[in-house]
Amino acid sequence: MSASILSRTALRASSSVVRPTAVRTLASVATSQSAPAEKKANIKKFEIYRWNPDTPEKKPFMQTYELDLNQTGPMVLDALIRLKNEVDPTLTFRRSCREGICGSCAMNIQGSNTLACLCRIDTSSSAPVKIYPLPHTYIVKDLVPDLTQFYKQYKSIKPYLQRKTATEDGKENRQSIADRKKLDGLYECILCACCATSCPSYWWNSSDYLGPAVLLQSYRWIADSRDEFKAERKMALENEMSLYRCHTIMNCAKTCPKGLNPGQAIANVNPLTSPYL
Amino acid sequence: MKRTGIQRDVLALYRLCLREARKKPSDARENFRNFARDEFRAHLDIKKKDFATIEHLLRVGQKKLETYSQPGIKNIFR
Repeated sequence: MSASILSRTALRASSSVVRPTAVRTLASVATSQSAPAEKKANIKKFEIYRWNPDTPEKKPFMQTYELDLNQTGPMVLDALIRLKNEVDPTLTFRRSCREGICGSCAMNIQGSNTLACLCRIDTSSSAPVKIYPLPHTYIVKDLVPDLTQFYKQYKSIKPYLQRKTATEDGKENRQSIADRKKLDGLYECILCACCATSCPSYWWNSSDYLGPAVLLQSYRWIADSRDEFKAERKMALENEMSLYRCHTIMNCAKTCPKGLNPGQAIANVNPLTSPYL
Repeated sequence: MKRTGIQRDVLALYRLCLREARKKPSDARENFRNFARDEFRAHLDIKKKDFATIEHLLRVGQKKLETYSQPGIKNIFR
């Protein structure tokens, strides 16, 4: 008896997958609130890169979804969350804060790397929104890239305060307001890897060249007045590959969703061009 | 027999897996060895020229090997 009820509900659930149902989501603020009936549906197409590691011999493909923008939030992440909740639960992507502070939802939208939560859905044209994972990364699934190499490189620059001497009062490492100002434009980086994966130099040398994001972080610690291992940090970059593969292509500054300029930071780290070193 | 680069990569990975299995406690070696064999046998039907898939499986395999070769992992069951 109970088994038959179970199987019937399972059937109903599977038949309703096809059509978006009105379910309220938690992660995004204003999705799926039922729109006034008189409003005309504003259908937008989304073309999304799909690849499933469970069937590795099947090639990646683009899947097209349709959403009514009147019932969807303004950002691409809102659309993705709605697609996953209501249309296709197998769609896979990383997301967390939905306000551009965690860097999880970095992906390639309309040909440029950005955070899905900070990227508005383009309403000016009827062309489909094309969404790919970050370019030149190994894919874990669908829109999820494997950032192991990126994190290994970040670890290699020792991204923490290193000191040789104790502070005067043995408590805090104090810093003047002017010294703190030098870190503006550096500390905001959220390590979303948008810049690194947009850099052609990083595409071809990702195993040795550190890439814009990691070099920006490297400069963040070299520029920090409290850090006492500046010479060691600079020495670690003194080889052909780590730093000098930057050819000032400046895709990093163009694509950075936080509006930072890793190219400038790299120039500041480079003893040949730096006004500070 | 002359082997292609990717064939050598696969064989090298298999060899490494078997060598790592020998470092495990004696009563668990057989389990690790069988696990490695099954992992490779599961993909025997992949086309010889499907390089993208083979390279992906190689990366997955290297990652698994890294995990399972840690000395803290004493035995394996499936």
